[in-house]
Amino acid sequence: MAAPSVTIIDYPSDANPTVHPAKPNPLTFQELILRLQTFWAERGCVLQQPYDVEVGAGTMAPETFLRVLGPKAYKVAYVQPSRRPADGRYGENPNRLFKHMQLQVILKPPPENVQELYLESLGAIGIDLRQHDIKFEEDNWEAPTLSAWGVGWQVMLDGLEITQFTYFQQCGGVDLFPISVELTYGLERIGAFLQDVDSIYDIVWARDPETGSLVKYGDVRLADELQFSVYNFEAADVEKSWEHFRLYEAECQKLLEEIRVNLDSLKAGGGTVSVSVAMADGGQAAMARVLRGPILAAYDLCLKCSHLFNILDARGAISVTERVGVIARVRALAVGIAKAWVDQQKADPASENSDEPAPAREKKPKATKEILSPVG
Amino acid sequence: MPDFLLEIGCEEIPARMIDAASRDLRERVGALLSRERLAGGEVTYFDTPRRLAVIAAGIAAAQADVIEQVNGPSVSVAYKDGQPTPAAHAFAKKAGVDVAQLERVTTPKGEYLAAKITKKGRSAAEILAELLPKELASIYWPKNMYWRKPNERFVRPVRWLVAMLDGETIPLEFEGIRAGKSSRGHRILSDGPVTIAHASSVYVDCLRAAKVLGRSERELQIRKALDATTRTIPGARWREDKALLDTVVNLTEFPSVILGGFDPQFLALPEEVLVTVMRDHQKYFAVEDANGKLAPHFLAVLNTDRDPQGLIRHGNERVLRARFNDARFFWQTDQKKSLLERSDSLKHVTFQKDLGSYFDKTLRVQRLCSWLSEILKQSGFAVRPGVIHKAACLAKTDLTTELVKEFTELQGIVGGLYARAQQLDESLPEATRFAIADAIYDHYKPESTDDDVPRSMEGAVLSVGDKADTIAGMFALGLVPSGSKDPFALRRQANAIVKVIAEKKLPLRLSDLMRDARAGYQRSEAEVKFVASEKYSESVATFFRERLEFYLRDVHGYAYDVVKAVLGADAEDVVDAVQRAEAVKQVLHLPEFQAIGAACKRMRNILKQAEEKGITAAAKFEDLPESAQEEKNLAAYVEVNGPKVETLRAKREYGDALRLLSTARGPVDAFFDKVMIMVEDAKLRANRLALLRTLLKEFSTIADFSEIVTEGKP
Repeated sequence: MAAPSVTIIDYPSDANPTVHPAKPNPLTFQELILRLQTFWAERGCVLQQPYDVEVGAGTMAPETFLRVLGPKAYKVAYVQPSRRPADGRYGENPNRLFKHMQLQVILKPPPENVQELYLESLGAIGIDLRQHDIKFEEDNWEAPTLSAWGVGWQVMLDGLEITQFTYFQQCGGVDLFPISVELTYGLERIGAFLQDVDSIYDIVWARDPETGSLVKYGDVRLADELQFSVYNFEAADVEKSWEHFRLYEAECQKLLEEIRVNLDSLKAGGGTVSVSVAMADGGQAAMARVLRGPILAAYDLCLKCSHLFNILDARGAISVTERVGVIARVRALAVGIAKAWVDQQKADPASENSDEPAPAREKKPKATKEILSPVG
Repeated sequence: MPDFLLEIGCEEIPARMIDAASRDLRERVGALLSRERLAGGEVTYFDTPRRLAVIAAGIAAAQADVIEQVNGPSVSVAYKDGQPTPAAHAFAKKAGVDVAQLERVTTPKGEYLAAKITKKGRSAAEILAELLPKELASIYWPKNMYWRKPNERFVRPVRWLVAMLDGETIPLEFEGIRAGKSSRGHRILSDGPVTIAHASSVYVDCLRAAKVLGRSERELQIRKALDATTRTIPGARWREDKALLDTVVNLTEFPSVILGGFDPQFLALPEEVLVTVMRDHQKYFAVEDANGKLAPHFLAVLNTDRDPQGLIRHGNERVLRARFNDARFFWQTDQKKSLLERSDSLKHVTFQKDLGSYFDKTLRVQRLCSWLSEILKQSGFAVRPGVIHKAACLAKTDLTTELVKEFTELQGIVGGLYARAQQLDESLPEATRFAIADAIYDHYKPESTDDDVPRSMEGAVLSVGDKADTIAGMFALGLVPSGSKDPFALRRQANAIVKVIAEKKLPLRLSDLMRDARAGYQRSEAEVKFVASEKYSESVATFFRERLEFYLRDVHGYAYDVVKAVLGADAEDVVDAVQRAEAVKQVLHLPEFQAIGAACKRMRNILKQAEEKGITAAAKFEDLPESAQEEKNLAAYVEVNGPKVETLRAKREYGDALRLLSTARGPVDAFFDKVMIMVEDAKLRANRLALLRTLLKEFSTIADFSEIVTEGKP
């Protein structure tokens, strides 16, 4: 047996300023984003821009929630500011934010070397893995309001969780095929790690190349942490928030009903893709009505509901008996949208894979029977 | 006799699943080899987060040939005038032998032709390639996934396969991966694929060269490194933690250890909080000084061989500092609102969607606990109802604290710490305040069968009351655990109730406890959703009987039949059941009890048969003129000794009671030897049945001896 390798480092050598992990000029926050975006763009990802409706996580942006549904391959990367009202700390806590930023990567279907690709991306932001400790620790992601879940890991770098790595299995109640892999980089954490600062607000966001002057995370974001904490915890009008919730929900439901009626009438007319070519004008009109169905708008309304729920929750305005029910209401919208989206994609003749059948279970030919049967 | 190697290469398998899956695979391969007549030498294993491997030394290269006898047509059909008929020729052709080689066998139906056929054994490579994929697909995973096709499932995506017999690849395919000789080393510490030269221990050497170690080597390496690293601090020791060690062993392929430190001023925080952060959140080992006190150090296990620049240590220290800062921030924030002031906020914390809030639960538990303390007081237990009442009132308030929201595993403990730190009610003496704090601190205990029960009687009452309330509500809603489904961990909670009652020797009957617990929900909104109370009582009784069985068997180690016999007499009084089990265990091996067990079985069967035939026993045994002497003797024995046994039983002197019962063997054996029970004479028969019934009842008050497994019988 090989002799155990034992690493002994005297403590407290950290008091010694010569040991310091940060390079003289670590990446700024915006360089970190740029590097990651460039890395994934070079590997075929569409670079999307942040979605402009409030979401609690990058997963909720339609570029993930809707794109992972259906058979079409897709690769996308985007930064997504994620708002979680209850996590606000008035800008007083160095590690917690109401709004944090995720870099979200979706690879559909996942390439075989996805873990290696991910590790390479860490190299792209200056992390030499030979100098660090990296572990993939089980962490299975689940979002009940979206009826979505997957299995995967939290990626730990020197004891710090820097990424959620998830193989999606279900989204909006729909079993996925093919599945997608989702990489969610926690940008503030990685930024603080690279720059070796203890407070998110001390992360250097930008460095003026001419003057060398620094703009820090706090300069950019502290005010909205404070003010949104005030709003979410104190100022948000509970009655009006409920009213907004109901209005958005009702409109979303109405859209979904109309979309559903059109989808059903197309189905009733035998409107599968192959048949649609032979369909009369009436059939084409039905198809057009389906394709015009504003599912994306319905999804925005659903996101509004989700965010309002979070505000009401932070306000402490949701009673015990209401809570489960309200989550179920948002989930019902999300599930209805996912289903309508899948059906709409299937109906679309322009969709290249629209009639690809679900994979059949492989059947093995039965072994031919022995002609002679043994005695006994 | 080639060596066989199978390695399934996978993306990181969850640490908690590796050991069981490795065992499963090893057993499956072993069973497959035996079933297919290929088994050879030892089956060893090798597993890491990225692979499960099995090495079977010296297996058969092919199955041995098998000679089978196949019967054909009868001789009378196969031969006409001594000449083979077409039937004989056809059979010979089918069997692939000459007609002359056919033999004759005699069967009950007459003389038949038979052929000896040599069935060629198949090669190991062929069999393994065909059958292994099914075994791999059958490995049990608590949670699995698909990545290629929905019907192909495994714990994480499979990325490579090595399957070899000596130096040759077995043409195996699993989930789209073809087996080869190419494995992979440590993610970071090795370069490129690793070619396995041979399916023997060479495999392990190849991987070691690629910085991948097997489980036991990793464990040893970690232990040695923990020891060596800790020795750099004089007098210090690392805190042994088997569960944590198992986790880090299965998170690494090539482990090493670093020592980190934290600011000693964090030691002002409670040790429970610091250790939880280190162990549960960071998977660090805690370090204690020579006095057993927590030292400002931690040990982190790395999945790499070194930390030359100290970057890893620096990073881990940074994370821990942030975590500790958070904990301190939560601790300070939480102090702004005392536990007393938090009672009302429990209205906003859901206990269960149909059962209301934790505020509702608190009121019910208080009520249930005062009933419990009344019972204990009546039985002479020293309990302080005031302490219980106050502790029950505050027990759940820590659920609204930031610290518990962040570290849920510290629920109860944080409440206890806060109750101690806050003055609660200043009018109370300090001892009372501390007793309240301790009861809160302990009230989730015992969290497993290995865990201690609450220290104080008040903590025990609160623990039982809290859990009984939960179980009652869930069962009343019909949310009964079944199979592997127990989302509210009701089994664990019931186990805890049984353990607390047993170890604190509480005079409680389980059905009374659960009836009163359900009564707490009267007039609540949930009640309309409740199942009927008979159904409730029945399901609760079955459930607790199983828990009690588990406790007696798995915790105390009583034999299956002893437990069945003891619970057959009564399954309500936990303390009593333990005492009876011990007494029965002491006498069970005696020949007298083997005989009594057999006799009880016989009595039970006779009574059952009589009942089925509608034959009734007399109300009472009478001394009839035609009664046999053995019958009279037995009746006399019962009359004299019955009351004596009953007296001893009532005093719970079970050992003496059973010793007295053992003297029944003589008269009982004599009775069964000489006396026929189911005789024609109806009066005599009814009288004898009455005697049996009385006797069986007398025997069964301590244990149902008909459940005892007698020697020579399964």
